[in-house]
Amino acid sequence: MEEYKTTIGIECHVQLNTKTKLFSAVDNDAVDKEPNSCVSPIDYALPGMLPVLNKAAIEKCVRAGLAMNCKINLVSRFDRKHYYYPDLPKGYQITQMYQPIIGAGVIHLPDGSDVHIEHAHLEEDAGKLTHFGTYSLVDLNRAGTPLIEIVSMPDIHSPAQARAYCEELHRLMMYAGVTNGDLYQGNMRFDINVSVSKTDKLGTRTETKNLNSFRSIERAVEYEVKRQIEVLEKGGKVKQETRGWNDATGKTTSQRSKEEAQDYRYMPEPDVPPVVLEQSYVDKVEASMPMMPDEYRSKFGLLNLDHSESEAILNYPILAQRLNEVCDKNISLAPRVAHWFSGVLLSEENQDKNFALATAEELAELSEMVEKKELSSTGAKAVLMEMYDRKNTAKTAHTLAKEMNLLQENDEGALEAIIDEVLQAPECAKAADDVRNGEMKAIGFLVGQVMKKSKGKANPATVNGLIKKKLS
Amino acid sequence: MKIADKNTKAVDLVREALEKAKEFEQYHCFISMNEARALERAREIDEKIAKGEKVGRLAGVPYALKDNYLSREGVTTAAARMLDNFPSPITATAVAKLEAEGAIMIGRTNLDAYAHGSSTENSYFGPTHNAHDMERVAGGSSGGSAVATALGIVQFALGSDTGGSIRQPASYNGVWGVKPTYGTVSRYGVVAMASSTDTMGCFAKTAEDVDLVMSIMAGKDPKDSTTIDDFWNRELEDAKPKKKKIGLIKDFLGGGVDAEVVKAIRDYADKMKKAGFEIEEVEMPIMKYGLAIYYIVQPAEVASNLSRYDGVRYGHRAAEITDLDSVYSNTRDEGFMPENKRRIMIGNFVLSSGFFDAYYLKAQKARTLLINAYNEAFEKYDALLCAVAPAPAFKLGEKINDPLQMYMEDMMSVLPSLAGLPAISAPFTKSKGGLPIGVQLIGPRKSDQVLLNIAKTVEEVK
Repeated sequence: MEEYKTTIGIECHVQLNTKTKLFSAVDNDAVDKEPNSCVSPIDYALPGMLPVLNKAAIEKCVRAGLAMNCKINLVSRFDRKHYYYPDLPKGYQITQMYQPIIGAGVIHLPDGSDVHIEHAHLEEDAGKLTHFGTYSLVDLNRAGTPLIEIVSMPDIHSPAQARAYCEELHRLMMYAGVTNGDLYQGNMRFDINVSVSKTDKLGTRTETKNLNSFRSIERAVEYEVKRQIEVLEKGGKVKQETRGWNDATGKTTSQRSKEEAQDYRYMPEPDVPPVVLEQSYVDKVEASMPMMPDEYRSKFGLLNLDHSESEAILNYPILAQRLNEVCDKNISLAPRVAHWFSGVLLSEENQDKNFALATAEELAELSEMVEKKELSSTGAKAVLMEMYDRKNTAKTAHTLAKEMNLLQENDEGALEAIIDEVLQAPECAKAADDVRNGEMKAIGFLVGQVMKKSKGKANPATVNGLIKKKLS
Repeated sequence: MKIADKNTKAVDLVREALEKAKEFEQYHCFISMNEARALERAREIDEKIAKGEKVGRLAGVPYALKDNYLSREGVTTAAARMLDNFPSPITATAVAKLEAEGAIMIGRTNLDAYAHGSSTENSYFGPTHNAHDMERVAGGSSGGSAVATALGIVQFALGSDTGGSIRQPASYNGVWGVKPTYGTVSRYGVVAMASSTDTMGCFAKTAEDVDLVMSIMAGKDPKDSTTIDDFWNRELEDAKPKKKKIGLIKDFLGGGVDAEVVKAIRDYADKMKKAGFEIEEVEMPIMKYGLAIYYIVQPAEVASNLSRYDGVRYGHRAAEITDLDSVYSNTRDEGFMPENKRRIMIGNFVLSSGFFDAYYLKAQKARTLLINAYNEAFEKYDALLCAVAPAPAFKLGEKINDPLQMYMEDMMSVLPSLAGLPAISAPFTKSKGGLPIGVQLIGPRKSDQVLLNIAKTVEEVK
């Protein structure tokens, strides 16, 4: 049987984390707030109210655009998209239909593939409806929250790649600092357009809307591909339609066919003048951009890390930044720090720590202490955790290690004294004899005794060497 | 303008206005009165004057407010059932500025519902009558304000002008009316009609009074992004025209314009010559497309702006509802007047997919050509002269069932609106039947005061 080729394009809505809404001066953060408590007369669409553009949203757009290697359009405009629904107070959404602020660009995925961005535009979010059987309630707290809608080209060809694209988009938006990025709160929502075809001609696509987890994106694409192939294999035709995803059943279901699609009657927004940017402004924003995941990737490539290890770190901009700073100080100290991040810090029980607490200096110092055998790797992990728990940030890694009594004894003179003591102890006599007779297995017991006597501060490798020398 | 001072009490000015309003009740200028609050404010101002405290430039001056402006005083109806009983939590910027200068709103005036119309007959509360002939229309949509000014109830009244809604009723009632440069006065707090041509202006009996009121209302407002920096800052006599040359629009000296009106315009041109102006007839063929452009662009914006009246959050909601669709359709069916519905339908049609390019986009392109034609003309002339409306005030009921005839009323007034230009309606003469006929002067952007200066100069010629 001939192979079907899958083609996927993704639209992603990103809620911007501006202080106030896109067109009104009320709080944009409605998490844990009473319904309809963050609503201005503008959001409520009273008569005579006019939108006033929030300039901070424009800067976030430029940042988001630059993060995706997109062209920033120096002139952009707003349009009205009309439809009736109780969550849309004005009866239209202010969006950018014809001249979006963010032009074409490209995102490089970790697997080396590229996904092109068609454009991204700025628009306002709608409110929220909650249905209660015979009636529904409207909450307008979210109405007017700035959104950017990022439209990809149909460059994606597998469920895994779809997921990787969305994850990378999330990373980029977090690095650019334009969103809180909380998927559970709906800060990023994805619509996937999927089609399958045996030929070069694209098949009929379906759009599955409002996915809000990476796993559901992957599963929904998988399901749609399977479903569409089954339809075609049975001699049927895929219907162009909007579908919804049910996470519990793992299925998509039809919501609205193309024929039922609304006519949005787009019209230029006369109340908001065009946004005109100077190139110098865009340059200034560009200069303030942090390093992006791609740059980190090429740098961390030198550390011989596992792919999953470095990607896990990249999910946390602050950790990537710290690791990069350690690299800049002394690249040989960096792999150990990377292992700490991925292995210790990112384990489940430590997710709530403030990852900004330990500085690159401290992390490098800690890594160097292990390097110099001043600290065992177990001891280092204990100090690391302390660094993310401490109240007093003035304490250096060394001070902490000392206070925790974890500094290793590397002074051979001092160690020899302890070793002599151990070798003379009656309970060790047999083991010492065994070693003398070449039964090297027994040396572990002796090293253990020395470690115990030194309260763990002795460097086991050094102790091992010294015992061998003494008993040979 | 009669302003309150040590000798003139604000309370007396307001009382007099309220009495006249009652006396002329049969003209139906007002939708609601603001009697108690107006007298209370007048007393406050009198107290301030007695204490020697500073009072504003319009201290104690009673004025009438077109009922599409929002104010915390009373309810705004826009003359539509849709907004019947809507107490506004905010006050329009223009109103706030006037009141900061001591002006006192005595009542809210009648209009065509949502300012859709040229006769004030489309009001949910019934029509307003012409100040000079009870049988005839007030003009519109700001008919109530024009008549209240003409009858001398108030010294000035606010209007809004989207395609002629100040100028035409000013002409019909023989008072001054100004439609300023687009963006001069904030639209914040005024029920939107067509956002890209909505302007806020006023009526008064003299050029000076109009100038004073406009100078107070003008200026940039952070709440309206389309407002421009305040340019209304000269003494009226200093706003002199530079070229002393006026273009008389030839395209409106014939077909479609009443002979009596054409004669009035020619007479006015002669009077301008006496005032020292050079008059040149100028052909502007694009002018005849004004109405066609306007009745595409304006309904599109109207349809969009009226989308918010859905019965969900405020205003009228139909009593009989079964589902969400019926909330919308029954509410909007009951809340809007037939002319509102007509414009919503035209607007949605020209914006719908498949028709957008042919209508809306084409109209916007033609609009650009119109602006270019004006720009070219203003390289030669200080101002352009034409009539305000094709004929004097028509009879009540005469055109109400003929929307196209009604739209023809706007053939000359919509043009400067589409180009965002200032245009004034100056009272000039009367028809044989004793009906007022005004003239329209149109100038380049921000030449509003110059237009008033020109008309005042001409008025003073004997």
